[in-house]
Amino acid sequence: MIMNKIGLTLILGLVCVGAVHAETVFVTLEKDNALAVVDPVAGKLIKTVPVGQRPRGIAISPDNKFLYIATSDDNTIKIIDAVTFKEVGKLPSGDDPETFALNPAGDRLYVSNEDDSLVTVIDVAKKKAVKQIKVGVEPEGITVSPDNRWLISAAETTNMVHWIDTKTNAIVANTLVDPRPRAVSFTADSRQLWVTSEMAGTLMILDASTQQIIKTVKLEVSGVTADKIQPVGVVIDKERRRGYVALGPANRVAVINAQTFEVEKVLLVGQRVWNLAFSPDQKRLYTTNGTSNDISIIDLDSQSVTKSIGVGTYPWGVAVKP
Amino acid sequence: MPSINLALSIIINLILIMPLAGAAPVYAKAKQAINIAYLTQEQTAPPQLSNLDPFIKNKGLIGAELGIADDNTTGEFTGQQFNLKTVIVPLDGNIVDTFNQELANKFQYVVVNLTADQLNQLADLPAAKSVLLFDVATLDDALRNEQCRSNVLHLLPSRAMRADALAQYMMKKRWTKWFLVIGATQEGRLFADAIKRAAKRFGMKIVVEKLWEHTYDARRTTQSDVAVFTQTDDDYDVLVVADEQGEFGEYLDYRTWNPRPVIGTQGLIATAWHKTHEQWGAVQIQNRFKEKAGRWMEEQDYAAYLAVRAVGEAATRTGSGDMSRVKDYMLGATFALNGYTGAPLSFRSWDGQLRQPVLLAAPRSLVAVAPIEGFLHPKTELDTLGYDQPESQCQWAK
Repeated sequence: MIMNKIGLTLILGLVCVGAVHAETVFVTLEKDNALAVVDPVAGKLIKTVPVGQRPRGIAISPDNKFLYIATSDDNTIKIIDAVTFKEVGKLPSGDDPETFALNPAGDRLYVSNEDDSLVTVIDVAKKKAVKQIKVGVEPEGITVSPDNRWLISAAETTNMVHWIDTKTNAIVANTLVDPRPRAVSFTADSRQLWVTSEMAGTLMILDASTQQIIKTVKLEVSGVTADKIQPVGVVIDKERRRGYVALGPANRVAVINAQTFEVEKVLLVGQRVWNLAFSPDQKRLYTTNGTSNDISIIDLDSQSVTKSIGVGTYPWGVAVKP
Repeated sequence: MPSINLALSIIINLILIMPLAGAAPVYAKAKQAINIAYLTQEQTAPPQLSNLDPFIKNKGLIGAELGIADDNTTGEFTGQQFNLKTVIVPLDGNIVDTFNQELANKFQYVVVNLTADQLNQLADLPAAKSVLLFDVATLDDALRNEQCRSNVLHLLPSRAMRADALAQYMMKKRWTKWFLVIGATQEGRLFADAIKRAAKRFGMKIVVEKLWEHTYDARRTTQSDVAVFTQTDDDYDVLVVADEQGEFGEYLDYRTWNPRPVIGTQGLIATAWHKTHEQWGAVQIQNRFKEKAGRWMEEQDYAAYLAVRAVGEAATRTGSGDMSRVKDYMLGATFALNGYTGAPLSFRSWDGQLRQPVLLAAPRSLVAVAPIEGFLHPKTELDTLGYDQPESQCQWAK
């Protein structure tokens, strides 16, 4: 009986593995000047490819053919073929690009220019900067709403979220938020914007129709002092059941009930957890752990960390190709 | 829109495609002006061991200017205008007269880059009672304890905070036996006092303590003298030097009788800011500062930047320029200032000291950031550095 059970589990396990989409996880390695290519199902680093100086922000085109990688010390965003990893082009990002966002159609790319307090708007097809928008000091977090109405830029030192109309590229509203806002992320229905504050250790939920904060969640972990709780990356699942917040040097990811905004759980991952990305089926969450040089894989059904994979020095950004 | 802003928009319009006016409809109200003064005195270059580091005349000032620029970028969106007035008292000038004539009744916030005595003198003036002074120069623990003034906030880490930071690191390295070398100046003795306090606090042992004296004996050369000076029967792990002026400390490394690391005011130093620091977004402010100043940011610049940013942050949050509201917010539990050092900065409510990490830096590499991991505190690990609330002798007549 017991043997049977084990046998069954084994078979089921094999079936499950076979059924899982062979997705690929891409991780930028800030200090290795390289991109790590990971098979998350096999739990293996497949290879590392050089991509340029100090790669940080990363995104994949909607057709999954190209990777956009901000190579900060090259002062450009590189377009890399997602299969051959050959460089196929460059985008004029301005100096020291770190974070950027693609619009849903993939034809506009918005870059935070931290040193110049600007957001640069790039026409992807023409590879041209079409506009520069003046924002607060040290813009960092940037995102476009899924309905393409809003471009959001969070200024770290000005402690402000700028609401920019994507049609006019003009700021139409500003929301003062908790100190040093880092990451910004919309819910799939574009109705809520989630913002993390690194210095206050909070997550703020903003209503997109009023641009007001409707809820502030103080993130706490028992046994960890408040100043170690420095929220960075944030993602919310498509059904808005749960949101996930990377807590930086607290080495944990907070699981937030996206309806009640209560913290359901904190999961221990690697050191200085930074950015987060879902698997395409949203069954797994990948985290980049800046100082332990690995990524963690969180199984979202069981809400547990199943694996960590060493990838290279200072893993920064993460993107997933189905 | 006020005319200053109009002029500004025109200039920005020339540079940018998008007019600044795009942001204006959101905050169409008239601008609230918040005035900050920066007060310092001219200085003569002190004698130096080496010409490697040129004497910097405007230490502090450029930091304040960068802070104002950052405050005003925020102010553009919130309807606040921050102004900085710089007052530099000549060498033979009188600080008190200048304060009374130029700043009293005109400024509620004054960033002070002066000596400990001058600061106390200012703080006790009747005209300074309704002014909040930001000390960006002193390291004295006395000013944060028995001599504390309720209208003064201290931006730089005190000597005790620095010594504790060094002690935590030495404890982590298990360098438990110290040879303490003390310079024959008041500052040297004060730093040595802080080192002795730290040794006691962290259970370290000062096995030898020696005063470095300046003589003009022609037989003394650095090569022979340091070796003889550091020859001792008691073995030690590390040479701790207390020489804030830099009169002899740089001579010690590589010349000791036994090969031992040098730490303290030379060798591995404890500081609020350092050019080797680049984590936690520090690269951005290092770049912005260098572009503006044409030099690296010094500690006083960092302190002045934080002082001006603290006013900006509190004024933005309270929507007010009023000193008592701003001060209450600054000393409150929700105040959090970004200092690019990995932890939110705030003020200790018991002595006005800025609560902050301390960098431990070698000349060309950042070695560690204190509090060192493992040194715990029930409230915040930042309070493992310096005088914690129960130890404080500051009694503010509030």
